[in-house]
Amino acid sequence: MREINVAEITSAVAEMARRANVELPADVVDALRSAREREVSGIAREVLDQLILNAERAVATRLPLCQDTGVAIVFIDLGQDAHLIGGGLQEAVDEGVRQGYQAGYLRKSMVRDPLDRSTNTGDNTPAVIHLRLIPGDRVTVHFAPKGGGSENMSALWMLTPAQGRQGVTDAIAAQIAAAGGMPCPPLVLGIGLGGTFELSALLSKRALLRPLGEPSPDPDVAQLERGILAAVNQTGVGPMGLGGSTTALAVHIERHPCHIASLPLALNVQCHSARHMTAVL
Amino acid sequence: MTDRTPKKLTLPLTEDAVCGLRAGDVVHLSGPMYTARDAAHQRLMELIRANQPLPIELEGQVIYYCGPTPAPPGRPIGAAGPTTSYRMDDFAPELYALGLRGTVGKGNRSANVRQALLRHPGVYFVAVGGAGALLSDCIKSAEVVAYPELGPEAIRRLVVEDFPVIVGYDCTGGTAFVGEKRLGN
Repeated sequence: MREINVAEITSAVAEMARRANVELPADVVDALRSAREREVSGIAREVLDQLILNAERAVATRLPLCQDTGVAIVFIDLGQDAHLIGGGLQEAVDEGVRQGYQAGYLRKSMVRDPLDRSTNTGDNTPAVIHLRLIPGDRVTVHFAPKGGGSENMSALWMLTPAQGRQGVTDAIAAQIAAAGGMPCPPLVLGIGLGGTFELSALLSKRALLRPLGEPSPDPDVAQLERGILAAVNQTGVGPMGLGGSTTALAVHIERHPCHIASLPLALNVQCHSARHMTAVL
Repeated sequence: MTDRTPKKLTLPLTEDAVCGLRAGDVVHLSGPMYTARDAAHQRLMELIRANQPLPIELEGQVIYYCGPTPAPPGRPIGAAGPTTSYRMDDFAPELYALGLRGTVGKGNRSANVRQALLRHPGVYFVAVGGAGALLSDCIKSAEVVAYPELGPEAIRRLVVEDFPVIVGYDCTGGTAFVGEKRLGN
């Protein structure tokens, strides 16, 4: 049994909060650059140019990429042979968020009560933690701050099994067309296909952790990803909704077995500021 | 026809300047503008309903829907990109009626807002969402002028220089957004 002090998790979360909000991952920058090369709309190229320049200015100034530095989403894969010592896991992660958002001059965007919105929690806690037990004795911590504008355009459907591939593709494309410029396209679409009501939603968020544009290892799912990407880009919504061929940079699907009566489908919409970082302890 | 060479405009905006803009124009704004988002709008509306004076002058002004990150040492403001505008759609027509000339945000807006732009006249600018560092570079000063207790949602008076925006909706009913029709008078 390997012992890991939760203080290490606090440090890792604090550092990732500071860095992930400033340094756009190279896979996202590359995707923006290739989209800029392919794009035919002048206004879309103007928007993409600003986004590429923004990524450079953020690193140069150490300012966050976006003023919405998000809800702190933390995926933890905990090796079942690891033993966490030194305190509670939620408290350790929250302390990392507290330190990182303070030291990094990041925005604190959490209100204590969803209906009485007068009180900000003041330190961007609590983090939303998704914990999974895996073999081994390592702890992998993914930090992915999630902005409100794109999260608001996410959706979940309980389709009928007969709706099939076409129903899935149509639901996603219609949702993105209706969202227009509001979720800050170009987007990354995380899709949870199958499972149950709540599992599909979690899978859709987990799908966003995959390196951008890396296809699903399953050829059928990879084909569906390509089909949905094409359908979404054919909407013509374009960067910031101002038209163009770049509405989404990538579509990632996580698939799971489901009940014979069900076809759960969840869409987690991620803006172009697809921020995520990983630490292995 | 739209013009993609940036048009330079000085704030506050005159009626003539607004009437010369067309959806899709790329514009660089210089001068003062105010930040306000959800919570500040609610407070402004409470004052308007109670016939109380507002903490900012609206005539000819531009409101930027923005809740910045805290200013790090040596800079006037942190990352300062636009937030999604539709959440302010219920408030905007009344503010345009009181003299507001422009708003800056991201995303589509309601038919009511577009009608208000025809009447007063006014303009809606789109700033590139998520370009928080780039847009911060264009902000030369920032001063909280109302509701400091709202933190990022306080009203700030910014002075901007060559702040890049695109005309989303103009005062003739034109739209830069895909899938929307021109409004008739």
